[in-house]
Amino acid sequence: MAAAGGEGPGPEAAGGGEELELTPAQLIRSLEQAWLNEKFAPELLESKAEIVECVVEQLDHMESNLKRAKAGDLKVSVHRMEIERIRYVLSSYLRCRLVKIEKFFPHVLEKEKSRAEGEPSILSPEEFAFAKEYMANTETYLKNVALKHMPPNLQKVSLLKSVPKPNLDSFVFLRVLERQENILVEPETDEQREYTIDLEEGSQHLIRYKTIAPLVASGAVQLI
Amino acid sequence: MAGERAVGLVRELQRAAGGHLPPFRAEELRQALEEMRALYERNQADVSEAKAGRTDLIFLIRFRHCCLLRNQRCIVAYLYDRLLRIRALRWEYGSILPNAIQFHMSAEEVEWFNRYKKSLATYMRSVGGEEGLDLTQDIKPPKSLYIEVRCLKDYGEFEIEDGTTVLLKKNSQHFLPRWKCEQLIRQGVLEHILS
Repeated sequence: MAAAGGEGPGPEAAGGGEELELTPAQLIRSLEQAWLNEKFAPELLESKAEIVECVVEQLDHMESNLKRAKAGDLKVSVHRMEIERIRYVLSSYLRCRLVKIEKFFPHVLEKEKSRAEGEPSILSPEEFAFAKEYMANTETYLKNVALKHMPPNLQKVSLLKSVPKPNLDSFVFLRVLERQENILVEPETDEQREYTIDLEEGSQHLIRYKTIAPLVASGAVQLI
Repeated sequence: MAGERAVGLVRELQRAAGGHLPPFRAEELRQALEEMRALYERNQADVSEAKAGRTDLIFLIRFRHCCLLRNQRCIVAYLYDRLLRIRALRWEYGSILPNAIQFHMSAEEVEWFNRYKKSLATYMRSVGGEEGLDLTQDIKPPKSLYIEVRCLKDYGEFEIEDGTTVLLKKNSQHFLPRWKCEQLIRQGVLEHILS
């Protein structure tokens, strides 16, 4: 997908100083990867805040380029369509994350709490604030409406226990981007033994999410 | 019978499929809570008797406690499931709900909804540059820039991107930028004409 923003797209798509500079096309590709992974993974994946930030910058840049362009130019509508498409992917990505945060909020917050220092967070600061508010809001509501009218020994409900967990045993389709060796596959029935498989580059598989979760995080495989 | 009312609440939601929000059953909820209180009080009384030596009461106490747990679970499930439905309404109708739906919500639910609305707005403002990014837009992948729409009811003047306004009258047809009319389509003001 070409992501050129009118005349001379800016090369300022560097992410947080530590990442290599990306061309707009690479940036959009990484957004699409993150989007597809997030859409198909059962649990909330690591937040890609830098990508989001860069894409937003890129969109602004393209918008301002369009404003300078002559009205009625054919190129304008092509570029506008491109902006629309990128914005859809971006919105859909963020929306998908919000849905997962709302669905699994006690687990997401618990994971965030037990995260070791220096480990990357699965939530962006804004998402973290949102999740906390959502949790507090829901807890207050349940307490005010029902729990405080219940007998003293029943006034607490553990949201962590009562809100369903993400199902890590669900199956996902994936395409291999980097060759992997000796992936340990857990047995499905009691008669089967554990066994290992090799994943060839470019091959596609249907496999339990739990088995390949680390590979999704490292970017070695792409969920499809 | 113990537990009937609380299960009734859950059952009603189960029947109202498809995310529909039935009226809030304040009276049934109160009765279910009342039932819990009665069960608890009888248990308290029996506990002291059991301590005094009547061990045959222990089974009864256990049974009542199970009823209590079940009631608690049903009530919380009822309330939580309603919250999830209300949440879905925010995405469907935007920040102002139609009166018919608000009529079915309890005061506390409205309060929860307002707080949810606020956190969501804060979040959406914080992503995507100065104005933020309205995530409730762009629900479907864009196919074309402009779409043909038909007006289903009188709406009045509607401003599009470059400052021009169009008059949305019932049964009129327009060719408008898609990103401007998405919300109106979901509210039922406009209808997307697919030829």
